[in-house]
Amino acid sequence: MDFSVVVEYFPKLMQGTWVSLQLIALSVVLGGIFALPIALARISKNPLVSGLPFAYIFFFRGTPLLVQIFLVYYGASQFEVVRESFLWPILREPFWCAIIAFTLNTSAYTAEIFRGAIQAIPVGEVEACKVVGMTKVQMYRRILLPRAFGIVLPAYGNEIILMLKGSALASTITILDLTGMARTIIARTYTPIEIFLAAGVIYLAISMVVIAIFKQVEKRQNRYLGPNPVKLPDDV
Amino acid sequence: MKLKKLALGSALVLGAALTSVSSVAADKVRLATEGAWAPFNFIDSAGKPQGFDVDVAWALCAKMKADCEVVTQDWDGLIPGLKVRKFDAIIASMSITEERLKVVDFTNKYYSGGLRFLGLKGEAFNVADLKGKVIGAQRATLGAQYLEDNFADLATLKFYDNQDNVYLDLVAGRLDVVLSDELPTFDWLKTSGNGDKFEFKGDAFLKEDNIAIAVRKGDKLKDKLNKALDEILADGTYQKINAKYFPFSIY
Repeated sequence: MDFSVVVEYFPKLMQGTWVSLQLIALSVVLGGIFALPIALARISKNPLVSGLPFAYIFFFRGTPLLVQIFLVYYGASQFEVVRESFLWPILREPFWCAIIAFTLNTSAYTAEIFRGAIQAIPVGEVEACKVVGMTKVQMYRRILLPRAFGIVLPAYGNEIILMLKGSALASTITILDLTGMARTIIARTYTPIEIFLAAGVIYLAISMVVIAIFKQVEKRQNRYLGPNPVKLPDDV
Repeated sequence: MKLKKLALGSALVLGAALTSVSSVAADKVRLATEGAWAPFNFIDSAGKPQGFDVDVAWALCAKMKADCEVVTQDWDGLIPGLKVRKFDAIIASMSITEERLKVVDFTNKYYSGGLRFLGLKGEAFNVADLKGKVIGAQRATLGAQYLEDNFADLATLKFYDNQDNVYLDLVAGRLDVVLSDELPTFDWLKTSGNGDKFEFKGDAFLKEDNIAIAVRKGDKLKDKLNKALDEILADGTYQKINAKYFPFSIY
Protein backbone atom coordinates (compact mmCIF):
# COMPACT_ATOMS: atom_id res chain seq x y z
CA MET A 1 0.00 0.00 0.00
CA ASP A 2 1.22 3.42 -0.90
CA PHE A 3 -0.23 6.23 1.16
CA SER A 4 1.53 8.97 -0.78
CA VAL A 5 -1.59 9.15 -3.01
CA VAL A 6 -3.57 10.19 0.06
CA VAL A 7 -1.17 13.06 0.70
CA GLU A 8 -1.18 14.04 -2.96
CA TYR A 9 -4.97 14.09 -3.24
CA PHE A 10 -5.72 15.37 0.28
CA PRO A 11 -6.86 18.84 -0.90
CA LYS A 12 -9.30 17.13 -3.29
CA LEU A 13 -10.63 14.96 -0.45
CA MET A 14 -11.10 18.11 1.64
CA GLN A 15 -13.09 19.70 -1.20
CA GLY A 16 -15.31 16.62 -1.19
CA THR A 17 -15.63 16.76 2.61
CA TRP A 18 -16.85 20.35 2.38
CA VAL A 19 -19.55 19.35 -0.12
CA SER A 20 -20.61 16.45 2.14
CA LEU A 21 -20.84 18.78 5.16
CA GLN A 22 -23.01 21.22 3.20
CA LEU A 23 -25.31 18.40 2.08
CA ILE A 24 -25.71 17.05 5.61
CA ALA A 25 -26.11 20.41 7.35
CA LEU A 26 -28.71 21.73 4.93
CA SER A 27 -30.80 18.57 4.78
CA VAL A 28 -30.68 17.99 8.55
CA VAL A 29 -31.78 21.58 9.29
CA LEU A 30 -34.54 21.54 6.65
CA GLY A 31 -35.57 18.01 7.64
CA GLY A 32 -35.78 19.04 11.31
CA ILE A 33 -37.98 22.03 10.46
CA PHE A 34 -40.39 19.89 8.44
CA ALA A 35 -40.35 17.03 10.94
CA LEU A 36 -42.02 18.89 13.83
CA PRO A 37 -45.34 19.72 12.11
CA ILE A 38 -45.37 16.24 10.55
CA ALA A 39 -44.88 14.67 13.98
CA LEU A 40 -47.60 16.81 15.57
CA ALA A 41 -50.04 15.97 12.78
CA ARG A 42 -49.12 12.30 13.08
CA ILE A 43 -50.07 12.32 16.80
CA SER A 44 -53.52 13.71 16.07
CA LYS A 45 -56.43 11.42 16.88
CA ASN A 46 -58.30 12.72 13.83
CA PRO A 47 -57.58 10.29 10.96
CA LEU A 48 -58.02 13.11 8.43
CA VAL A 49 -55.06 14.91 10.01
CA SER A 50 -52.87 11.91 10.82
CA GLY A 51 -53.49 10.01 7.56
CA LEU A 52 -51.24 12.02 5.25
CA PRO A 53 -48.22 12.18 7.59
CA PHE A 54 -48.64 8.46 8.20
CA ALA A 55 -48.47 7.73 4.45
CA TYR A 56 -45.53 10.11 4.04
CA ILE A 57 -43.52 8.46 6.81
CA PHE A 58 -44.51 5.03 5.57
CA PHE A 59 -43.23 5.77 2.06
CA PHE A 60 -39.95 7.45 2.97
CA ARG A 61 -39.03 4.97 5.68
CA GLY A 62 -40.05 2.01 3.57
CA THR A 63 -38.08 2.72 0.40
CA PRO A 64 -34.29 2.88 -0.03
CA LEU A 65 -32.70 6.32 -0.03
CA LEU A 66 -30.93 5.44 -3.29
CA VAL A 67 -34.28 4.84 -4.99
CA GLN A 68 -35.56 8.17 -3.67
CA ILE A 69 -32.49 10.00 -5.03
CA PHE A 70 -32.87 8.36 -8.45
CA LEU A 71 -36.58 9.21 -8.52
CA VAL A 72 -35.87 12.88 -7.85
CA TYR A 73 -32.83 13.17 -10.12
CA TYR A 74 -33.42 10.85 -13.10
CA GLY A 75 -37.14 10.25 -12.64
CA ALA A 76 -38.47 13.80 -12.53
CA SER A 77 -36.27 14.92 -15.43
CA GLN A 78 -37.93 12.42 -17.79
CA PHE A 79 -41.07 14.56 -17.95
CA GLU A 80 -41.26 17.43 -20.39
CA VAL A 81 -43.58 19.23 -17.95
CA VAL A 82 -40.91 19.23 -15.26
CA ARG A 83 -38.20 20.34 -17.66
CA GLU A 84 -40.27 23.32 -18.76
CA SER A 85 -41.53 24.31 -15.33
CA PHE A 86 -40.13 27.10 -13.15
CA LEU A 87 -38.68 24.39 -10.90
CA TRP A 88 -36.21 23.16 -13.53
CA PRO A 89 -33.39 25.57 -12.62
CA ILE A 90 -33.42 23.88 -9.19
CA LEU A 91 -34.17 20.33 -10.33
CA ARG A 92 -31.46 20.34 -12.98
CA GLU A 93 -28.82 20.81 -10.30
CA PRO A 94 -27.74 17.51 -8.75
CA PHE A 95 -26.92 19.31 -5.48
CA TRP A 96 -30.50 20.48 -4.98
CA CYS A 97 -31.90 17.12 -6.06
CA ALA A 98 -29.83 15.52 -3.33
CA ILE A 99 -30.99 18.11 -0.79
CA ILE A 100 -34.63 17.44 -1.72
CA ALA A 101 -34.26 13.66 -1.45
CA PHE A 102 -32.26 13.82 1.80
CA THR A 103 -34.64 16.34 3.38
CA LEU A 104 -37.73 14.29 2.53
CA ASN A 105 -36.06 11.15 3.85
CA THR A 106 -34.65 12.53 7.08
CA SER A 107 -37.81 14.51 7.89
CA ALA A 108 -39.80 11.25 7.81
CA TYR A 109 -37.41 9.54 10.22
CA THR A 110 -37.08 12.60 12.44
CA ALA A 111 -40.87 13.00 12.60
CA GLU A 112 -41.13 9.44 13.91
CA ILE A 113 -38.43 10.16 16.47
CA PHE A 114 -40.23 13.34 17.63
CA ARG A 115 -43.52 11.50 17.83
CA GLY A 116 -41.96 8.79 19.96
CA ALA A 117 -40.40 11.36 22.26
CA ILE A 118 -43.62 13.32 22.75
CA GLN A 119 -45.55 10.15 23.49
CA ALA A 120 -42.86 9.00 25.92
CA ILE A 121 -43.61 11.90 28.26
CA PRO A 122 -45.24 10.45 31.40
CA VAL A 123 -49.02 10.84 31.45
CA GLY A 124 -48.80 12.43 34.90
CA GLU A 125 -46.98 15.44 33.52
CA VAL A 126 -49.64 15.96 30.86
CA GLU A 127 -52.35 15.70 33.49
CA ALA A 128 -50.54 18.18 35.71
CA CYS A 129 -50.56 20.67 32.80
CA LYS A 130 -54.29 20.23 32.39
CA VAL A 131 -54.91 20.61 36.12
CA VAL A 132 -53.21 24.00 36.24
CA GLY A 133 -55.41 25.02 33.32
CA MET A 134 -52.94 25.29 30.44
CA THR A 135 -54.32 25.45 26.94
CA LYS A 136 -53.08 22.88 24.45
CA VAL A 137 -50.69 25.39 22.86
CA GLN A 138 -49.29 26.46 26.24
CA MET A 139 -48.87 22.84 27.23
CA TYR A 140 -46.87 22.02 24.11
CA ARG A 141 -44.77 25.18 24.28
CA ARG A 142 -43.96 25.16 27.99
CA ILE A 143 -43.79 21.49 28.88
CA LEU A 144 -44.19 18.88 26.16
CA LEU A 145 -41.77 20.17 23.49
CA PRO A 146 -38.92 21.07 25.89
CA ARG A 147 -39.36 17.70 27.58
CA ALA A 148 -39.48 15.89 24.25
CA PHE A 149 -36.33 17.71 23.15
CA GLY A 150 -34.41 16.16 26.02
CA ILE A 151 -35.78 12.70 25.32
CA VAL A 152 -35.19 12.96 21.58
CA LEU A 153 -31.48 13.77 21.65
CA PRO A 154 -29.86 10.30 21.62
CA ALA A 155 -32.11 9.04 18.83
CA TYR A 156 -31.77 12.28 16.89
CA GLY A 157 -27.97 12.20 17.07
CA ASN A 158 -28.20 8.70 15.68
CA GLU A 159 -30.33 9.94 12.76
CA ILE A 160 -27.77 12.64 11.90
CA ILE A 161 -25.01 10.05 11.80
CA LEU A 162 -27.15 7.85 9.56
CA MET A 163 -27.66 10.89 7.31
CA LEU A 164 -23.91 11.48 7.22
CA LYS A 165 -23.39 7.98 5.90
CA GLY A 166 -26.40 8.18 3.61
CA SER A 167 -24.95 11.31 2.04
CA ALA A 168 -22.38 9.07 0.29
CA LEU A 169 -25.19 8.16 -2.11
CA ALA A 170 -25.00 11.69 -3.54
CA SER A 171 -22.00 10.43 -5.49
CA THR A 172 -24.36 8.40 -7.69
CA ILE A 173 -25.84 11.56 -9.20
CA THR A 174 -22.52 13.14 -10.21
CA ILE A 175 -22.01 15.13 -6.99
CA LEU A 176 -18.37 15.25 -5.94
CA ASP A 177 -18.97 14.76 -2.24
CA LEU A 178 -16.38 12.90 -0.19
CA THR A 179 -17.33 9.53 -1.70
CA GLY A 180 -17.72 10.93 -5.21
CA MET A 181 -14.35 12.63 -4.99
CA ALA A 182 -12.74 9.43 -3.68
CA ARG A 183 -14.18 7.46 -6.58
CA THR A 184 -12.99 10.03 -9.10
CA ILE A 185 -9.48 9.92 -7.63
CA ILE A 186 -9.50 6.11 -7.71
CA ALA A 187 -10.56 6.17 -11.37
CA ARG A 188 -7.21 7.78 -12.05
CA THR A 189 -4.89 6.16 -9.51
CA TYR A 190 -6.39 2.65 -9.12
CA THR A 191 -5.68 2.76 -5.39
CA PRO A 192 -9.09 1.99 -3.91
CA ILE A 193 -7.83 0.72 -0.56
CA GLU A 194 -5.72 3.77 0.28
CA ILE A 195 -8.23 6.38 -0.87
CA PHE A 196 -11.31 4.69 0.58
CA LEU A 197 -9.47 4.19 3.88
CA ALA A 198 -8.69 7.90 3.95
CA ALA A 199 -12.32 8.74 3.14
CA GLY A 200 -13.47 6.38 5.88
CA VAL A 201 -11.24 8.08 8.42
CA ILE A 202 -12.66 11.48 7.44
CA TYR A 203 -16.23 10.18 7.86
CA LEU A 204 -15.26 8.79 11.26
CA ALA A 205 -13.82 12.14 12.29
CA ILE A 206 -17.02 13.93 11.30
CA SER A 207 -19.20 11.51 13.23
CA MET A 208 -16.90 11.88 16.26
CA VAL A 209 -17.61 15.62 16.21
CA VAL A 210 -21.36 14.99 15.89
CA ILE A 211 -21.27 12.55 18.81
CA ALA A 212 -19.29 14.99 20.98
CA ILE A 213 -21.68 17.86 20.26
CA PHE A 214 -24.70 15.73 21.10
CA LYS A 215 -23.10 14.54 24.31
CA GLN A 216 -22.68 18.15 25.45
CA VAL A 217 -26.20 19.20 24.42
CA GLU A 218 -27.66 16.15 26.14
CA LYS A 219 -25.79 16.91 29.34
CA ARG A 220 -27.10 20.48 29.30
CA GLN A 221 -30.66 19.65 28.37
CA ASN A 222 -31.05 16.90 30.94
CA ARG A 223 -29.03 18.54 33.73
CA TYR A 224 -32.09 18.71 35.99
CA LEU A 225 -31.93 14.93 36.22
CA GLY A 226 -28.69 15.10 38.18
CA PRO A 227 -25.33 13.46 37.52
CA ASN A 228 -26.70 9.92 37.18
CA PRO A 229 -30.03 10.26 35.42
CA VAL A 230 -30.51 6.60 34.63
CA LYS A 231 -30.86 4.13 37.46
CA LEU A 232 -29.69 0.69 36.45
CA PRO A 233 -31.29 -2.35 38.13
CA ASP A 234 -28.05 -2.95 40.12
CA ASP A 235 -28.18 0.50 41.68
CA VAL A 236 -31.47 -0.08 43.40
CA MET B 1 -35.71 -35.59 17.02
CA LYS B 2 -37.15 -33.26 14.46
CA LEU B 3 -34.56 -30.64 15.34
CA LYS B 4 -31.77 -33.18 14.88
CA LYS B 5 -33.05 -34.07 11.41
CA LEU B 6 -33.23 -30.43 10.51
CA ALA B 7 -29.68 -29.80 11.67
CA LEU B 8 -28.41 -32.84 9.80
CA GLY B 9 -30.28 -31.77 6.67
CA SER B 10 -28.91 -28.26 6.68
CA ALA B 11 -25.39 -29.55 7.34
CA LEU B 12 -25.69 -31.79 4.30
CA VAL B 13 -26.98 -28.96 2.11
CA LEU B 14 -24.24 -26.65 3.34
CA GLY B 15 -21.60 -29.30 2.71
CA ALA B 16 -22.88 -29.91 -0.80
CA ALA B 17 -22.90 -26.19 -1.52
CA LEU B 18 -19.34 -25.81 -0.27
CA THR B 19 -17.95 -28.69 -2.30
CA SER B 20 -19.68 -27.54 -5.46
CA VAL B 21 -18.28 -24.04 -5.04
CA SER B 22 -14.73 -25.25 -4.55
CA SER B 23 -14.83 -27.68 -7.46
CA VAL B 24 -16.13 -24.96 -9.77
CA ALA B 25 -13.59 -22.40 -8.65
CA ALA B 26 -10.71 -24.74 -9.47
CA ASP B 27 -10.80 -24.86 -13.28
CA LYS B 28 -13.43 -22.41 -14.45
CA VAL B 29 -12.26 -19.31 -16.29
CA ARG B 30 -14.33 -16.40 -15.07
CA LEU B 31 -14.57 -13.47 -17.47
CA ALA B 32 -16.05 -10.22 -16.22
CA THR B 33 -17.88 -7.67 -18.29
CA GLU B 34 -19.80 -4.54 -17.36
CA GLY B 35 -23.22 -5.06 -18.89
CA ALA B 36 -24.03 -1.40 -19.56
CA TRP B 37 -22.16 -0.65 -22.77
CA ALA B 38 -24.41 -1.67 -25.64
CA PRO B 39 -23.79 -3.12 -28.15
CA PHE B 40 -20.49 -4.39 -26.72
CA ASN B 41 -21.88 -5.67 -23.47
CA PHE B 42 -25.39 -5.39 -22.09
CA ILE B 43 -27.90 -7.41 -20.12
CA ASP B 44 -30.68 -8.91 -22.23
CA SER B 45 -34.31 -9.22 -21.13
CA ALA B 46 -33.56 -12.64 -19.65
CA GLY B 47 -30.86 -11.14 -17.41
CA LYS B 48 -27.94 -12.65 -19.34
CA PRO B 49 -24.92 -10.67 -20.53
CA GLN B 50 -24.89 -10.25 -24.31
CA GLY B 51 -23.06 -8.25 -26.96
CA PHE B 52 -19.88 -8.10 -28.97
CA ASP B 53 -17.54 -8.52 -25.98
CA VAL B 54 -19.54 -11.47 -24.71
CA ASP B 55 -19.67 -13.15 -28.14
CA VAL B 56 -15.90 -12.75 -28.47
CA ALA B 57 -15.48 -14.16 -24.95
CA TRP B 58 -17.44 -17.31 -25.78
CA ALA B 59 -15.60 -17.71 -29.12
CA LEU B 60 -12.25 -17.50 -27.31
CA CYS B 61 -13.40 -20.01 -24.71
CA ALA B 62 -14.44 -22.43 -27.46
CA LYS B 63 -10.95 -22.16 -28.99
CA MET B 64 -9.23 -22.57 -25.61
CA LYS B 65 -11.57 -25.49 -24.82
CA ALA B 66 -12.03 -23.89 -21.42
CA ASP B 67 -15.00 -24.06 -19.09
CA CYS B 68 -16.06 -20.41 -18.91
CA GLU B 69 -18.41 -18.21 -17.01
CA VAL B 70 -19.25 -14.62 -17.89
CA VAL B 71 -20.04 -12.45 -14.89
CA THR B 72 -20.98 -8.78 -14.65
CA GLN B 73 -19.46 -6.12 -12.42
CA ASP B 74 -19.88 -2.34 -12.29
CA TRP B 75 -17.28 -0.53 -14.33
CA ASP B 76 -15.13 1.04 -11.64
CA GLY B 77 -15.02 -2.23 -9.70
CA LEU B 78 -13.64 -4.26 -12.61
CA ILE B 79 -9.90 -3.76 -12.06
CA PRO B 80 -10.14 -3.97 -8.25
CA GLY B 81 -12.19 -7.18 -8.64
CA LEU B 82 -9.62 -8.69 -10.99
CA LYS B 83 -6.84 -7.89 -8.55
CA VAL B 84 -8.57 -9.73 -5.71
CA ARG B 85 -9.35 -12.76 -7.95
CA LYS B 86 -13.10 -12.36 -8.09
CA PHE B 87 -12.60 -13.19 -11.78
CA ASP B 88 -9.71 -14.00 -14.09
CA ALA B 89 -10.09 -11.65 -17.03
CA ILE B 90 -11.94 -8.48 -17.98
CA ILE B 91 -13.53 -8.37 -21.40
CA ALA B 92 -15.46 -5.13 -21.16
CA SER B 93 -14.26 -2.90 -24.01
CA MET B 94 -11.37 -1.70 -21.87
CA SER B 95 -8.75 0.48 -23.55
CA ILE B 96 -5.06 -0.16 -23.00
CA THR B 97 -3.70 2.82 -21.06
CA GLU B 98 -0.42 3.47 -19.29
CA GLU B 99 -2.17 3.82 -15.93
CA ARG B 100 -3.97 0.51 -16.30
CA LEU B 101 -0.79 -1.24 -17.48
CA LYS B 102 0.71 -0.45 -14.08
CA VAL B 103 -1.84 -2.71 -12.40
CA VAL B 104 -2.91 -5.29 -15.02
CA ASP B 105 -1.64 -6.99 -18.19
CA PHE B 106 -3.45 -6.70 -21.51
CA THR B 107 -3.80 -9.18 -24.36
CA ASN B 108 -3.48 -8.03 -27.97
CA LYS B 109 -6.27 -5.72 -29.05
CA TYR B 110 -9.57 -7.26 -30.14
CA TYR B 111 -10.93 -4.03 -31.59
CA SER B 112 -10.08 -0.36 -31.67
CA GLY B 113 -12.17 2.67 -31.02
CA GLY B 114 -11.99 6.43 -30.76
CA LEU B 115 -13.56 9.23 -28.77
CA ARG B 116 -16.18 11.53 -30.22
CA PHE B 117 -18.34 14.36 -28.91
CA LEU B 118 -22.12 14.05 -29.00
CA GLY B 119 -24.58 16.92 -28.83
CA LEU B 120 -27.92 18.40 -29.90
CA LYS B 121 -28.63 18.17 -33.61
CA GLY B 122 -28.29 21.38 -35.57
CA GLU B 123 -26.20 23.22 -32.99
CA ALA B 124 -22.91 24.64 -34.22
CA PHE B 125 -19.92 22.92 -32.65
CA ASN B 126 -16.34 23.89 -32.16
CA VAL B 127 -13.96 22.45 -29.58
CA ALA B 128 -12.89 25.99 -28.71
CA ASP B 129 -16.50 26.88 -27.83
CA LEU B 130 -16.72 24.22 -25.14
CA LYS B 131 -15.60 26.78 -22.57
CA GLY B 132 -18.23 27.11 -19.85
CA LYS B 133 -20.31 24.24 -21.20
CA VAL B 134 -21.43 21.22 -19.14
CA ILE B 135 -19.74 18.08 -20.47
CA GLY B 136 -20.59 14.57 -19.30
CA ALA B 137 -18.75 11.26 -19.46
CA GLN B 138 -18.63 7.94 -17.67
CA ARG B 139 -16.32 7.92 -14.64
CA ALA B 140 -13.02 6.03 -15.03
CA THR B 141 -13.11 5.97 -18.85
CA LEU B 142 -10.71 7.36 -21.45
CA GLY B 143 -13.24 10.06 -22.21
CA ALA B 144 -13.44 11.15 -18.56
CA GLN B 145 -9.67 11.23 -18.31
CA TYR B 146 -9.37 13.24 -21.52
CA LEU B 147 -11.86 15.77 -20.16
CA GLU B 148 -10.03 16.04 -16.84
CA ASP B 149 -6.72 16.56 -18.63
CA ASN B 150 -7.96 19.12 -21.15
CA PHE B 151 -11.12 20.79 -19.86
CA ALA B 152 -10.88 20.68 -16.05
CA ASP B 153 -10.55 24.46 -15.76
CA LEU B 154 -12.56 25.40 -18.84
CA ALA B 155 -15.85 23.56 -18.56
CA THR B 156 -18.07 21.94 -15.93
CA LEU B 157 -17.39 18.21 -15.98
CA LYS B 158 -19.87 15.63 -14.74
CA PHE B 159 -19.00 11.97 -14.31
CA TYR B 160 -21.50 9.13 -14.15
CA ASP B 161 -21.47 5.54 -12.90
CA ASN B 162 -22.45 4.15 -16.28
CA GLN B 163 -23.04 5.30 -19.83
CA ASP B 164 -26.83 4.83 -19.61
CA ASN B 165 -27.01 7.57 -16.99
CA VAL B 166 -24.90 9.85 -19.22
CA TYR B 167 -27.45 9.46 -22.00
CA LEU B 168 -30.35 9.99 -19.56
CA ASP B 169 -28.92 13.32 -18.43
CA LEU B 170 -28.13 14.38 -22.00
CA VAL B 171 -31.75 13.75 -22.98
CA ALA B 172 -32.93 15.53 -19.81
CA GLY B 173 -30.96 18.59 -20.87
CA ARG B 174 -28.57 18.67 -17.92
CA LEU B 175 -25.61 18.18 -20.27
CA ASP B 176 -24.63 20.30 -23.25
CA VAL B 177 -22.17 17.83 -24.71
CA VAL B 178 -21.12 14.25 -24.03
CA LEU B 179 -17.74 12.73 -24.71
CA SER B 180 -17.80 8.98 -25.20
CA ASP B 181 -16.53 6.15 -27.31
CA GLU B 182 -17.68 6.44 -30.89
CA LEU B 183 -18.87 2.89 -31.49
CA PRO B 184 -21.35 2.39 -28.64
CA THR B 185 -22.68 5.89 -29.24
CA PHE B 186 -23.13 5.00 -32.92
CA ASP B 187 -25.36 2.18 -31.71
CA TRP B 188 -27.23 4.43 -29.25
CA LEU B 189 -28.04 6.97 -31.96
CA LYS B 190 -29.31 4.14 -34.15
CA THR B 191 -31.37 2.20 -31.63
CA SER B 192 -32.48 4.44 -28.75
CA GLY B 193 -34.96 6.58 -30.66
CA ASN B 194 -32.97 9.72 -29.89
CA GLY B 195 -31.13 9.75 -33.22
CA ASP B 196 -33.39 12.49 -34.54
CA LYS B 197 -32.45 14.89 -31.72
CA PHE B 198 -28.74 14.22 -31.23
CA GLU B 199 -25.74 13.77 -33.51
CA PHE B 200 -21.97 13.34 -33.45
CA LYS B 201 -20.03 16.58 -33.21
CA GLY B 202 -16.66 16.89 -34.91
CA ASP B 203 -14.52 13.94 -35.91
CA ALA B 204 -13.47 10.99 -33.82
CA PHE B 205 -10.06 11.39 -32.18
CA LEU B 206 -7.63 9.24 -30.17
CA LYS B 207 -8.28 6.59 -32.84
CA GLU B 208 -5.25 4.62 -31.71
CA ASP B 209 -7.39 3.55 -28.74
CA ASN B 210 -6.78 -0.21 -28.55
CA ILE B 211 -9.33 -2.33 -26.74
CA ALA B 212 -8.07 -5.53 -25.15
CA ILE B 213 -8.73 -8.13 -22.48
CA ALA B 214 -7.19 -7.41 -19.08
CA VAL B 215 -5.68 -10.16 -16.93
CA ARG B 216 -3.74 -10.16 -13.67
CA LYS B 217 -0.06 -9.24 -13.97
CA GLY B 218 2.00 -12.23 -15.03
CA ASP B 219 -1.01 -14.52 -15.52
CA LYS B 220 -0.37 -17.21 -18.18
CA LEU B 221 -3.99 -16.86 -19.26
CA LYS B 222 -2.80 -13.94 -21.39
CA ASP B 223 -0.88 -16.20 -23.81
CA LYS B 224 -3.79 -18.61 -24.10
CA LEU B 225 -6.16 -15.75 -24.87
CA ASN B 226 -3.77 -14.26 -27.44
CA LYS B 227 -3.48 -17.59 -29.22
CA ALA B 228 -7.26 -18.04 -29.29
CA LEU B 229 -7.65 -14.47 -30.52
CA ASP B 230 -5.30 -15.15 -33.45
CA GLU B 231 -7.32 -18.24 -34.26
CA ILE B 232 -10.72 -16.55 -34.35
CA LEU B 233 -9.27 -13.70 -36.46
CA ALA B 234 -7.82 -16.21 -38.92
CA ASP B 235 -10.80 -18.53 -39.31
CA GLY B 236 -13.48 -15.87 -39.82
CA THR B 237 -15.28 -16.28 -36.47
CA TYR B 238 -14.32 -12.74 -35.49
CA GLN B 239 -15.55 -11.25 -38.76
CA LYS B 240 -18.91 -12.96 -38.30
CA ILE B 241 -19.30 -11.47 -34.83
CA ASN B 242 -18.23 -8.05 -36.12
CA ALA B 243 -20.84 -8.13 -38.90
CA LYS B 244 -23.55 -8.91 -36.36
CA TYR B 245 -23.06 -5.50 -34.71
CA PHE B 246 -21.37 -3.11 -37.17
CA PRO B 247 -21.56 -2.79 -40.95
CA PHE B 248 -17.81 -1.96 -41.05
CA SER B 249 -14.71 -3.59 -39.58
CA ILE B 250 -13.87 -2.37 -36.09
CA TYR B 251 -10.63 -4.33 -35.70
